[in-house]
Amino acid sequence: MVTSMTTKDAATTCDLAIIGCGLSGMAAALFAVEKGFSVAQAGVSGGMIFATGLLDVMGTHPIETGHGWVDPWAAVDAVSEDIPDHPYARMKPEIIKESIASVISFLGKNDLPYVKNGELNSEILTLLGTSKFSYYIPQTMWEGVRALKKKRPCLIVGFEELKDFNAAQIVGGLTRRWPGLRWKNICLRDTINVSSFVSGDILARDMEMPGNVKNLVRRIGPHLNGAEAVGLPAVLGMKRHRKIIETLSRELGVKVFEIPTTPLSVPGLRLIEVFTEGLAERGVRQFFPERIVSWKNTDGAFLLAAGRGTGKKWIRSEGVILATGRFWAHGLRADRDKIREPLFDLPVHQPEKRAFWHREDFLDLRGHPVNRAGLSIDDQFRPLNRAGIPAFEKLFAAGSILAHQDWMRMKCGSGLAISSAYAAVTAFSNMKAPHRKIPRN
Amino acid sequence: MRTQALIIGGGVTGAGLSRDLALRGVRVLVVEQRDINAGASGRNHGLLHSGGRYVSTDPGAAKECHQENEILKRVAPHCIEDTGGLFVAVEGDDETYVSDFPHLCRQCGIPCEMLDLEEAENLEPALSSKMIAAYRVDDGAIDPFRLSLENIAQAQELGATLLRDTKVVGFEKENRQIKRVQLFHMHTGQKTVVEAEQVINAAGPWVGEVAALAGIGIEMLYSKGTLLVTAHRVTDHVVNRLRNPGDGDILVPGGTVSLLGTTSVRIDSPDLITPTVEEVDLIVNEGSQMIPTLKGIRYFRSYAGVRPLLKVGSNLDDRSVSRGFALLDHARDGLENFATIPSGKLTTFRFMAEKTADLICEKLGVHAPCSTRTESLPDSSSGKWTEPALGAKHWFNHHAKDPILCDCEMVPESAVKSVVNAIIEKGGDVNLLSIGVRSRVGKGVCQGTFCGKRVSALLEESGEIGSYDGLIDIRRFLQGRWSGERPVLWHAQIMQAELKEAFYCGAFNLEVVSDGHIHDDKRCGNNL
Repeated sequence: MVTSMTTKDAATTCDLAIIGCGLSGMAAALFAVEKGFSVAQAGVSGGMIFATGLLDVMGTHPIETGHGWVDPWAAVDAVSEDIPDHPYARMKPEIIKESIASVISFLGKNDLPYVKNGELNSEILTLLGTSKFSYYIPQTMWEGVRALKKKRPCLIVGFEELKDFNAAQIVGGLTRRWPGLRWKNICLRDTINVSSFVSGDILARDMEMPGNVKNLVRRIGPHLNGAEAVGLPAVLGMKRHRKIIETLSRELGVKVFEIPTTPLSVPGLRLIEVFTEGLAERGVRQFFPERIVSWKNTDGAFLLAAGRGTGKKWIRSEGVILATGRFWAHGLRADRDKIREPLFDLPVHQPEKRAFWHREDFLDLRGHPVNRAGLSIDDQFRPLNRAGIPAFEKLFAAGSILAHQDWMRMKCGSGLAISSAYAAVTAFSNMKAPHRKIPRN
Repeated sequence: MRTQALIIGGGVTGAGLSRDLALRGVRVLVVEQRDINAGASGRNHGLLHSGGRYVSTDPGAAKECHQENEILKRVAPHCIEDTGGLFVAVEGDDETYVSDFPHLCRQCGIPCEMLDLEEAENLEPALSSKMIAAYRVDDGAIDPFRLSLENIAQAQELGATLLRDTKVVGFEKENRQIKRVQLFHMHTGQKTVVEAEQVINAAGPWVGEVAALAGIGIEMLYSKGTLLVTAHRVTDHVVNRLRNPGDGDILVPGGTVSLLGTTSVRIDSPDLITPTVEEVDLIVNEGSQMIPTLKGIRYFRSYAGVRPLLKVGSNLDDRSVSRGFALLDHARDGLENFATIPSGKLTTFRFMAEKTADLICEKLGVHAPCSTRTESLPDSSSGKWTEPALGAKHWFNHHAKDPILCDCEMVPESAVKSVVNAIIEKGGDVNLLSIGVRSRVGKGVCQGTFCGKRVSALLEESGEIGSYDGLIDIRRFLQGRWSGERPVLWHAQIMQAELKEAFYCGAFNLEVVSDGHIHDDKRCGNNL
């Protein structure tokens, strides 16, 4: 047993191991340290590099009607009643609210403030020239919500170097209902020292260089022509975004707002940075970017292997939260015959056969049945085994890996990620008294 | 409107015929209900047959294939990749078929070289270790889109007219003649009447429907064939299973990918056919017996085409029906100026066009001989952007200010602009689907996730298309891609589909929004 002694000795020991570093994993780590647990977290760049930064709670229900809800809490009630297995149905709305408020407060303290409209959703324009409802909006995007609401004369400005953001496209989709919306795509090369085509993260860091914001003001100014607001791609700084928007607003004399882009999404990267740094400061032991590839259950504890080969590291924990996401993030694996959960081989609730996974129309309002596949859980957010009882006493699941929800169609991804993480941490907490209780203000 | 010859159908048959007639000085009008190669011509293996496939079932067709194979390699080399082909048998395959094969090839005059197994393995390391025999033949890969686009482009240079999105809805007959043909534009609903001296029905799977408009009954059978696209090129040769033609037994390299197929399923109607999960699984299981790596490899698309087959006697097995072409002169049915080409093969399209043009010219009193046997097919900008690697080559030479709009297939903005201009010049509708037919846009592993949005933005920005509605165009384009993605969504490709849906539905709300609007809940006020 020399080997196992060695691994045990070399292992990082903690109360709770969190697998996954998307929004759900990050939120779980935050809640766990706030409850005073020792936490280790492993994962490979989560879904957040794709995130728009918007925090949806609940937008569309029933999805087959395409019905959008201005009041997300009424929508949560409705979905909990209509779909009793939906993860929201296992939580009180106050718990969902409390968990989101807690994350928002953390983000605000770390210079990433969010805004909302009372307890209601806000309508916000998208990169494609459509609009959607969301709940908490990054402050950098808020003036866009207001401009859309009032249909104010507004200029959307794109950068030619950023090829996934085209101001003409945004205006093209919205022009019929927003006649005062105009566009201009400008070339930054003559203004700012950037290469031909750049991704958002590079541009965002370029924006923080001295003088570049002033240059941008000079380029945009002549195109204002009475616009009261200017929308720009969400690349206005990685850390200093509030300052940059403030300067742009002041110098241009108009409201300035960001519009989320496709990956690498800067609002998503801002979230990653804030979570990663903030959680490290709070003592979360981070194994990034490492995937948990195998596990053992010894002496009532989990022993998780992060990474492979010589770089392999061990995490020993009493509880585990599985927040590994869906197919894109490898939380679920779709073989030709069946969908599997690859790490613990947990049973996956899924359609009977592959022919039923997807519908014939991509945009079929009913959504694709495969997107409701996932882990079935008990009220403690513990995944069930094939006998229908919790697979392990202290294994919990959170986020998009959960079954009976379709976050892409219901627009409930962020709310679900955060609240289920909270529920999982709370359930673990109820089973175990923490080593040291940190007083919470 | 008047024309000498009106061709119904813009597939490879119609395209080839339009060029042949135009080269003989005939004024031609081609009417196509959708777009170039929208039917079977765009939904096949892209296989330039050596003829080996047909030596046991249809020696006549085998010989025709062999002749045309040699002609096309000479006159249209830019549409062809001369890959060579292999016929291989594995353990359990019919050994009589294996031993008869070289003899049957010889009888049809088809070159066929027996390989020892080690040699075959060296040529194609992916071949199964259970291989028991291998022969080399002259198969090749042919780009059917480029072929049709170049044929029609030369016809247009010579004065022919192409009407896309235009359907024939009626014939006006007088004295054993079709006098006028009634046309209907599929989008605008506009009706036109054309006077034509000769009418040729080259509507592929829809020939029966067209003939019925003239009161002529043609009984057709429809056989659906499904194919899969692999994410990378598996073999450099065409690989055929050395057995009686069956499911999933041909793998054809097509640029950067390989195409595996097909199935043969009798269907009642040629409309709205899409590949199914069951067909895909059958093809993967069959194909992997020949090339085991086909079991685990990534597929990013499937598609299904219809083989139109003329019903003769009792057709028991669709693959045993002759794939040689027939030319029906409807003079025998009481219409002197009407003919139908009911079926045929990509490889012999030129020969079909020649024979049909001979008949039409005889009726028109035109004496010019066929020249497509020797005259090279021009290489024009109409078809060149269908070539897989051209975008990348072009971009490396001009890339400074030329954004890549399709990262998977390396299609630069300048290529898309060139395609758009070519469509506008020929009076066609510019949209994502018509650009897709003429380029590699949407053809890569992401299946339009990024390029669809980017190309649509370019159209929106250029403002050249006054009534362009980007959101509706993107919806149509995504759906067009989806029917082929749906049956191959497992492993990496379901991840890709999830990403696509996360964008278009999760972030953009496109399933709900078609004109920028969302339907909101009127019961709740929004007090901003």
